[in-house]
Amino acid sequence: MERLVPTPSLGVIPERDSDKPLILDIHGLGIDFGGLHAVEDFTLLIGRTEIAGLIGPNGAGKTTVFNLITSVYQPTRGVILFDGYDTRGKRPDEVCRMGIARTFQNIRLFKDMSVLDNVLVGMHNHIPYSMLSAFLHLPSYHRKEKEARDKAMDLLGIFDMQNMAKWQAGSLPYGAQRRLEIVRALATEPKLLLLDEPAAGMNPAETAELMENIRSIRDRFGIAILLIEHDMSLVMGICEGIAVLNYGKIIAKGSPEQIKNNPTVIEAYLGKQEA
Amino acid sequence: MSFLSHLINGISLGSIYAIIALGYTMVYGIAKMLNFAHGDVIMVGAYVCFFALNAFGLPPVVSILLAMLVCTVLGIIIERLAYKPLRAAPSLAVLITAIGVSYFLQNGALILWSASPKVFPTIFEGTIRLFDGQLTIGLTTLITIAACIVIMVGLTLFTGKTKMGKAMRACSEDKDAAILMGINVNRTISVTFAIGSGLAAIAGVLLCSAYPLLQPTTGSMPGIKAFTAAVFGGIGSIPGAFLGGILLGIIEIFAKAYISTELSDAIVFLVLILVLLIKPAGLLGKKTVVKV
Repeated sequence: MERLVPTPSLGVIPERDSDKPLILDIHGLGIDFGGLHAVEDFTLLIGRTEIAGLIGPNGAGKTTVFNLITSVYQPTRGVILFDGYDTRGKRPDEVCRMGIARTFQNIRLFKDMSVLDNVLVGMHNHIPYSMLSAFLHLPSYHRKEKEARDKAMDLLGIFDMQNMAKWQAGSLPYGAQRRLEIVRALATEPKLLLLDEPAAGMNPAETAELMENIRSIRDRFGIAILLIEHDMSLVMGICEGIAVLNYGKIIAKGSPEQIKNNPTVIEAYLGKQEA
Repeated sequence: MSFLSHLINGISLGSIYAIIALGYTMVYGIAKMLNFAHGDVIMVGAYVCFFALNAFGLPPVVSILLAMLVCTVLGIIIERLAYKPLRAAPSLAVLITAIGVSYFLQNGALILWSASPKVFPTIFEGTIRLFDGQLTIGLTTLITIAACIVIMVGLTLFTGKTKMGKAMRACSEDKDAAILMGINVNRTISVTFAIGSGLAAIAGVLLCSAYPLLQPTTGSMPGIKAFTAAVFGGIGSIPGAFLGGILLGIIEIFAKAYISTELSDAIVFLVLILVLLIKPAGLLGKKTVVKV
């Protein structure tokens, strides 16, 4: 594959990432469902280690953007360059292997499987033994399975969930299920982590803790994180760059300060102010 | 003593149903389709073994392995050619395709190997006598039961411990989420068909060792009964297929022995209907609550 040079476009990326290649460079992205332009002319740059936010009213097309980035949908127009590579025509599992992982707005854990097994499924492509050595129970199979389990436990440690490893995923409390989804996504060893409403249904204390967790995940793994979130305290608290989506179009981009004071954003959220 | 003898025969027949039912249930669990051609893969496996033994004079173990290999490849080819293009199609279209594949295999066998029944050679010779010769058990019977237990334990370990097994469980629970975790679902489905069809070959050889008449329709009735067993135990569940198969075998043999040979099949299906009336998801099946 040829490594492409990102097209220059407007966007804020953190200073520290400015001399490194962009992790995500989306240009003129659009998708139509029938006659509806669900997402139109979507352009976004994300730095190597940036925490970015995608916000907007309900039905603005935020999750559609996630589905486009992860190749669940193929775009009608536009280009997505991930780490310099075009993701067009790739299957979702291939995009995952390239280094994009995600969580879901409505939690989609493997509920009948144990917490540990959920994480191990995420590690699927990084457990390097063949089917044959598994069938024959070769020592390499046992060694690699053990390495994988240790690593999975280590990942669960991010959220202090080691003691829940044997629990059935579906039996976890709601907040823990959300956290497990993040761990499972991290297990795929992503370079870009997409979080779809990670704080949904969490109380303020849990949200504050989650903010710390997200920041420490970024610091520990050195990855970029793009999150969709309605909780403004979280978005404004941890995101370095924010894009606001309304009716499938970006209506504003900038730092939290810029977004907070942008009249177009305020109008989209609260309606037009009477004169 | 005859009761014990019937029980053992029932478990043995049930073991064959269980091995076939595993194929149905695994494919259903992962691809969410009923592979009605599964029964006919059994027949192909039995024919391959028959010719390997009789025409080529290969040793039994080699013949069985050859049958497994051919059926595994056949299973993968059927999936690739007939079912994979229909991945996004309504389930009815897939079901009808499966019935079509079933007829294709039966009629293919008819052309290749003619309708005249072949007598399957005895592979496992010998009997074991217990209780001063009052109870005689054929070696075939014992090997069938043993094979079923080995397969059951092996599959449980495979799905529980290995990464491919975990990928299969993940696909069966939430295919879209599994894809987004980097799992190649098409490959996982292929592996499932391969395993199911390989097991079908074993079932074919065991079936024809117990009932040594081989013809192109040999697989259809056991196939339907094994499907019944899978539904009986709870389709999609591996222990369910095992339990359903064994119970169905026992019921069938007892019905034959104590009620009526002619009515035994009717009784088997009557039990299925009763179980489904009381437990619609099968014995070990999970109740699915649909959100309204």
